[in-house]
Amino acid sequence: MTNAKLRSLASNWLGFVLLSALLILVFPAVLDDFRLNLVGKYLSFGFVVLGLVLCWGYTGILSLGQGIFFGLGGYCIAMFLKLEASTPENTAIQSTPGIPDFMDWNQLTELPFFWEPFHSFAFTVIAIMAVPAAVAFILAYAMFKRRVGGVYFAIITQAVTAVLTILIIGQQGYTGGINGITDLRTLLGWDIRTDEAHNILYFICVALLLVCILLGRFVLKSKLGRILVAIRDKEERVRFSGYDVANFKVFVFCVAAALAGVGGAMFTLQVGFMSPTIIGIVPSIEMVIFCALGGRLSLIGAVLGALIVNAAKTTFSEMFPELWLFAMGGLFIGVTLFFPRGLAGLVDDYVVPFLSKVFLGDKKTPPPEPAVTKLAE
Amino acid sequence: MATDDTSNNKGLTSPMRRKLLKGMAAVPAVAAFGGGMARSSFAADGVNTTGLAVTDTEVTVGILHSVTGTMAISETGSVQAEKLAIDQINAMGGVLGRKIKYIQEDGASDWPTFAEKAKKLLVQDKCASVFGCWTSASRKAVLPVFEQYNGMLYYPTFYEGLEQSKNVIYTGQEATQQIIAGLDWVVKEKGAKSFYLLGSDYIWPRTSNKIARKHIENFLKLKVVGEEYFPLGHTQFNSAINKIKLKKPDVIYAIIVGGSNVAFYKQLKAAGFDLENKQTLLTISVTEDEILGIGGENIVGAYACMKYFQSLDNENNKKFVSAFKEMWGKDIVIGDVTQAAYLGPWLWKLTVEKAGSFDIDKVAAASPGIEFTGAPEGYVRIHENHHLWSKTRVGRARTDGQYDVVYETADLVEPNPFPEGYQ
Repeated sequence: MTNAKLRSLASNWLGFVLLSALLILVFPAVLDDFRLNLVGKYLSFGFVVLGLVLCWGYTGILSLGQGIFFGLGGYCIAMFLKLEASTPENTAIQSTPGIPDFMDWNQLTELPFFWEPFHSFAFTVIAIMAVPAAVAFILAYAMFKRRVGGVYFAIITQAVTAVLTILIIGQQGYTGGINGITDLRTLLGWDIRTDEAHNILYFICVALLLVCILLGRFVLKSKLGRILVAIRDKEERVRFSGYDVANFKVFVFCVAAALAGVGGAMFTLQVGFMSPTIIGIVPSIEMVIFCALGGRLSLIGAVLGALIVNAAKTTFSEMFPELWLFAMGGLFIGVTLFFPRGLAGLVDDYVVPFLSKVFLGDKKTPPPEPAVTKLAE
Repeated sequence: MATDDTSNNKGLTSPMRRKLLKGMAAVPAVAAFGGGMARSSFAADGVNTTGLAVTDTEVTVGILHSVTGTMAISETGSVQAEKLAIDQINAMGGVLGRKIKYIQEDGASDWPTFAEKAKKLLVQDKCASVFGCWTSASRKAVLPVFEQYNGMLYYPTFYEGLEQSKNVIYTGQEATQQIIAGLDWVVKEKGAKSFYLLGSDYIWPRTSNKIARKHIENFLKLKVVGEEYFPLGHTQFNSAINKIKLKKPDVIYAIIVGGSNVAFYKQLKAAGFDLENKQTLLTISVTEDEILGIGGENIVGAYACMKYFQSLDNENNKKFVSAFKEMWGKDIVIGDVTQAAYLGPWLWKLTVEKAGSFDIDKVAAASPGIEFTGAPEGYVRIHENHHLWSKTRVGRARTDGQYDVVYETADLVEPNPFPEGYQ
């Protein structure tokens, strides 16, 4: 095989293989059950940042509201799990046995109609992706058809996040309010609270994430991916070429929302409850930070960004419970100042040329490709 | 700051073989793996048979509150009180001859973070007990963790009840303890006939008002003329205040929490309500801590019903207040929850010594009947339902931000987290 072929193969797949090895082999081998469960929780944000790479990194749609979709996915599965946990036997002490405990506390006497379909697992699985995608569709269709974009779109997503949080907190009889939906126990009879279950959920989460990365690559490598980049770089020109730009943007935004929904569901399963604190404005911005820090043009980099930021959060806050926010702030400022393309940019500019020099005997390092023309990975 | 912990690395020293095996087999045979936590290497001596972080000289406990985020302002007092209690216990020789060492974690006002940190304190640090949580939401988030990994939580806040767990000791009052005695007092003392209920919109004010309404209507046979809720952080109370003016209730019963209080009491005063001479207002949510923000001149004359006021006149409390000020500064104020948080480490010490063991099951079983005579609020005793028997008191706000205690129940009030007739 020639060096050129090797290099293209390596640059295409090396990152993916390394990430898979890290998640499937290294982490389970060196981390104990508790830490592995935490990594699983961090990875659930990986789904969100994959969506952000697609819609922000490649299409130029900055969404500060991915928490909405993460939350919707998470609430869908939480509703299913809560119904399963609220059997009449488990809730015998309530005024109305058989409904979730928080409804009873809020004087509801029967299950609200929109909870009913969540008795069905099949419906729930579909809803995890369909509900966020549907909300994203309405939002994106209304905005992009009117050619609202850029900062205005970001502000609107932010506003919708605030609205949704207030709605969930305010309608506590129907949503669990500020407490969220807690005390989830079993999934189709399988106890999700044990260490064993957490380990299995971790591997399910990893498998799903890797599949989603491949999906993302597929989209980006396809003609569609090239159109998305073109929309980002010169939207008018794409429009004049005869493409309906809005449809593409709506599509990619819906894909990002569905991915976030899957992430939210994995989060709920691994953490054991869903709460409005995870879908608010601050978490939504944090998700964008994961993506920026890892590299918004790299699917692998963004996932690693989610992993690194969350791990740093845990580590700093365990070491300095009263000062850890400063350490996090320092990390964000440092990365954005020195590595504007995130950690993935760092790898592309320095590590990859170095490796190819060492292993493939390149005489001179190829100049780093400018970010705007780079496609996947 | 987190203290150093020698037991931190337990997870890393567990047999490598098991982990390698697990790693290699992970992909094809996911389901077959997992298993229990790596068992601690501590010798099972008599006082610790379950692998908690107890050595011959030391026992590790956890402190889990928000010290960052919106709740930090409320929870800081609890952290301070717990540290004070731990210091004092250590100065007296510790628990079963062992010094208490604490590991502090930050819940960051975020409920999933609370769950994560609780699990860390139990699974990794093997804490013999945890003092922590403040909001109901954070307690609900950690409760399954404590039950699953069999930990012990001492929870300090007055709360809505409807909960009881082997793994939690509730050192604050549950709703009926706080509410009923206060309502009886205001009816007897002020001849109140009609009530207007207000609250922030979440589970504690709603449940509390539900209990208040049942008590007023079914037991006292009096009238509730209005009931209203506001989102957390709400600052526009003018329309509610106008309605109150229209209905002219004898008592405004307010369960507004956090920063909203500042706006509420200022607007109430601006609307011409004279709490000192004309209008009776009873609250269960304003402690000395909140008055710092509201300003004494805006709330002077209001009545608060809870179990502890900083101005309580007894020997225990004088010692407690002076020790607290010595440790944390002379301008600090101490509210109901801060005092309840102070009880946690003491009750745990007394329970461990009665049980003669740090084991969670033995501590849980030994808890009912534990008496603490040194409590700043007076005497408290743990009930079979893991709540505290405690007196309920009514205080009247002064301009300097303190309360004059105007009434206290003759006997300890029984905790009743699942009150019949109030559901």
